[in-house]
Amino acid sequence: MIIYGVYIVSKSGGLIYNLDSNVPKIEQERSFTYPIDLMLDYDPKKVSVVFNRKDGINVGHVLTAVNGMPVNGNTLEDGRDVKTTLENSENYPVNLKFCRPKLTTNEKIVQASTFYPLYAFASQLSPEPKSSGIETLEADTFTLHCFQTLTGVKFIIISETGLSGMDMLLRKIYELYSDYVLKNPFYALEMPIRCELFENKLKSLLDMVEKTGINNLDK
Amino acid sequence: MSRQASRFDTKKVNAEFLTLTYGALVTQMLRDFENIEDVNKQLERIGYNMGMRLIEDFLARTSAPRCLEMRETADRIQQAFRIYLNVQPTISNWSASSDEFSLVFETNPLTEFVELPTDLTNLRYSSILSGCIRGALEMVQLDVQCWFAQDQLKGDNVTELRIKFVRRLEDAIPAGED
Repeated sequence: MIIYGVYIVSKSGGLIYNLDSNVPKIEQERSFTYPIDLMLDYDPKKVSVVFNRKDGINVGHVLTAVNGMPVNGNTLEDGRDVKTTLENSENYPVNLKFCRPKLTTNEKIVQASTFYPLYAFASQLSPEPKSSGIETLEADTFTLHCFQTLTGVKFIIISETGLSGMDMLLRKIYELYSDYVLKNPFYALEMPIRCELFENKLKSLLDMVEKTGINNLDK
Repeated sequence: MSRQASRFDTKKVNAEFLTLTYGALVTQMLRDFENIEDVNKQLERIGYNMGMRLIEDFLARTSAPRCLEMRETADRIQQAFRIYLNVQPTISNWSASSDEFSLVFETNPLTEFVELPTDLTNLRYSSILSGCIRGALEMVQLDVQCWFAQDQLKGDNVTELRIKFVRRLEDAIPAGED
């Protein structure tokens, strides 16, 4: 029972909360000799592998460190350009660390607001009148479960595939939201949720569900 | 977990505690504002803001579906009073077009130990309730008017809260719900 993340999207389509849980961190560090046998793409924002996967370094992984020195975009921390460093044979052997790219907060916000019209679109596409929007969306590596409240707030869970009873968990999260977010006098409606109590309760709920399964959810 | 045992058996608090706290709030506001009309307006506004949040709690606990007629809405409001104030108002005085009804309270927990001084006859002591109903219904896309038709504090036999449907807020209905 793995839950990868929880998102809350406000009535107007803005991401007001997200929690990543349990996403396996894939990080590989290898020593390379000249010439490097990975095909790299030097984008100004990130250096990523485009071809020739090896030793767990997969296509799409992003370079995070050279000889232990962190990489920002396509420059090293000390200002050197990654491309020129890796093309210079004097710098070899070199230790490169790759990891799976993580979504930045900005990207998450963009995705949440992309989901919003998709949801509306789905309800309009429906051959039957009065259809809801997307409730589950399945892919081969995850399932997205969405629950929209009558007031228009969307609760979204990204989990592994083949789980049942996620609607119960979504309702439970809704309860936590109404208890710990809306009863917090310092929380302004529609704004990002920064409530520590809520976060803690949500984490312990997810922990419990992951350990003992959905059936033990006390109603 | 936040809620143990049964769904409605949440943390209970003595009704007198609420009554007295609310009394303190009203007293403080009478001190802060010169004008009684302002106090009425502020109480209503506080209620409105409470209602906007409280509705989520109500929906999360009851998992009530969307109302498609006023009579359902009336039942839900009655249920909400039972949950939050432990009083059961009676629903009565339906208008012919079914767009207006009254909630009649034999007792009002907010006014338990209260007598209105003669110089405060304009004060709508419990107007937090009407604000609350308005705010909560607005979040589920129902625009209503809500006012006190009778008030025990003003010498009436019962407290009567009148609720009138104005319109559905069609633009605000979330996609997949309309």
